[in-house]
Amino acid sequence: MSLKRKDFLGLYDVSAEEINQILDTAVAMKDILTRTVKKVPTLRGKTVINLFYEPSTRTKFSFNLAAKRLSADVMSISKSSSSIAKGESLLDTAKTMEVMGADVVVIRHSAPGAAKFLADNISASVLNAGDGAHAHPTQALLDIYSIKEKLGEIAGLKVLIVGDIAHSRVARSNIWGLNKLGAEVAVAGPQTLIPREIEKMGVKVYSDLDQALENVDVVNILRIQMERQESGLFPSIREYREIYGMNAERLERIGKKAMIMHPGPMNRGIEIESSVADSPQSVITEQVKNGVAIRMALLYLLAGREIDNEDLN
Amino acid sequence: MDKSEMVVKKELIDSAAMGRAITRIAHEILEKNKGTEDLVLIGIRTRGVPLAERLAAKIEEIEGIEVKTGILDITLYRDDLSTVAQQPIVHRTEIPFDITGKKVVLVDDVLYTGRTVRAALDALIDLGRPLQIQLAIMIDRGHRELPIRADFVGKNLPTSKTEVVDVNFKEIDEKDAVLLLEKS
Repeated sequence: MSLKRKDFLGLYDVSAEEINQILDTAVAMKDILTRTVKKVPTLRGKTVINLFYEPSTRTKFSFNLAAKRLSADVMSISKSSSSIAKGESLLDTAKTMEVMGADVVVIRHSAPGAAKFLADNISASVLNAGDGAHAHPTQALLDIYSIKEKLGEIAGLKVLIVGDIAHSRVARSNIWGLNKLGAEVAVAGPQTLIPREIEKMGVKVYSDLDQALENVDVVNILRIQMERQESGLFPSIREYREIYGMNAERLERIGKKAMIMHPGPMNRGIEIESSVADSPQSVITEQVKNGVAIRMALLYLLAGREIDNEDLN
Repeated sequence: MDKSEMVVKKELIDSAAMGRAITRIAHEILEKNKGTEDLVLIGIRTRGVPLAERLAAKIEEIEGIEVKTGILDITLYRDDLSTVAQQPIVHRTEIPFDITGKKVVLVDDVLYTGRTVRAALDALIDLGRPLQIQLAIMIDRGHRELPIRADFVGKNLPTSKTEVVDVNFKEIDEKDAVLLLEKS
């Protein structure tokens, strides 16, 4: 059974059953990453193109590695070193990749909806690796996988996402995915960084972190972007650290069973204190490993779709 | 072929005969390998797994020595992944020991085209370098498409390509039996 879709754009239109199928497949994929021979011949002859219009280290590297572990041919194109810099349109670049035989196009773009736009216009599978503040489904899936791996069942867990919710595709994707699997999701952050009407996504909103931390199972800490402070959305880095930073004292209060996550890259000493990032409750390094397994699972499941030419314009 | 669209044509082997075949294969494995030293049994998912367990239990009954068993999932090594419409579900391979230097007996229920065994050989070799790989199966139904043969066979059953041989184990199915199915 494969995913019944050509593209994977976000968790908003994916069923709980499909999410579980991806998580289950990733378990077997993770085993491969621990072997001596960390490669299987599954996607021989398939071509994966990474099209990255935004800077990215771990997501790009993770997709690269995932494709290589499955024996696909993989190429990465970034904005500065390609015709994109000469002004070629997104669609023209993608069509060129397709003509060269791409089966899957992985795209990271600053414009929300960029992945959807590509998916509607090319016949290759499109995998969203982050589109603006909209969605970052593979990050959310690896977060959910990490929670499930450590705590067992997602349903009934209390997950708190802390930080800049308004500009975060990671937050949005986590909320969609976790809600579908029956978790209780809450967000905490300065009011200027919490989108209006986010309650409608089915989350609780806190402006007081200490209140939000009462009775949580998982704390997912988001990266705070310095330019948000420059644009006046919060007064100072020092104040943010005091009010919303995850520190040793707060970690102590939530207890030994709670889990600490961060999608990276971290600002140590701002949203997360080093002692928290490196604590036994932290799964931050495991998240990176799980990211490769999740992306392998998705590449495997997407590559198997039956090509239905009537679906295309 | 989808088994739900098939009807049982006849029972080829009953539970008692299956038990006797397993006992004989266990003895043959011990005879060929001169005992249990470095011997491990690895069942191919799904129905090679209960057969490997049964063989290990029988060997322990005969020799009084426990032989290690493992489970091999060959999905990621299949040669038809680029042509099948639906990606098959991937399960874990569970071999909690190093196979390097071991005499591995690969176990499956039915030997047919040989393609599953080809995939299994590739999958095993990615896990280590066994001293030997041998093949034990319950039913050899012919129609090989690759130069592969079994070392230990429960029963040779010439079949037609339109038929399906369905080996049932009570661990998974209702009871032990080998059934011949045909399209209804």
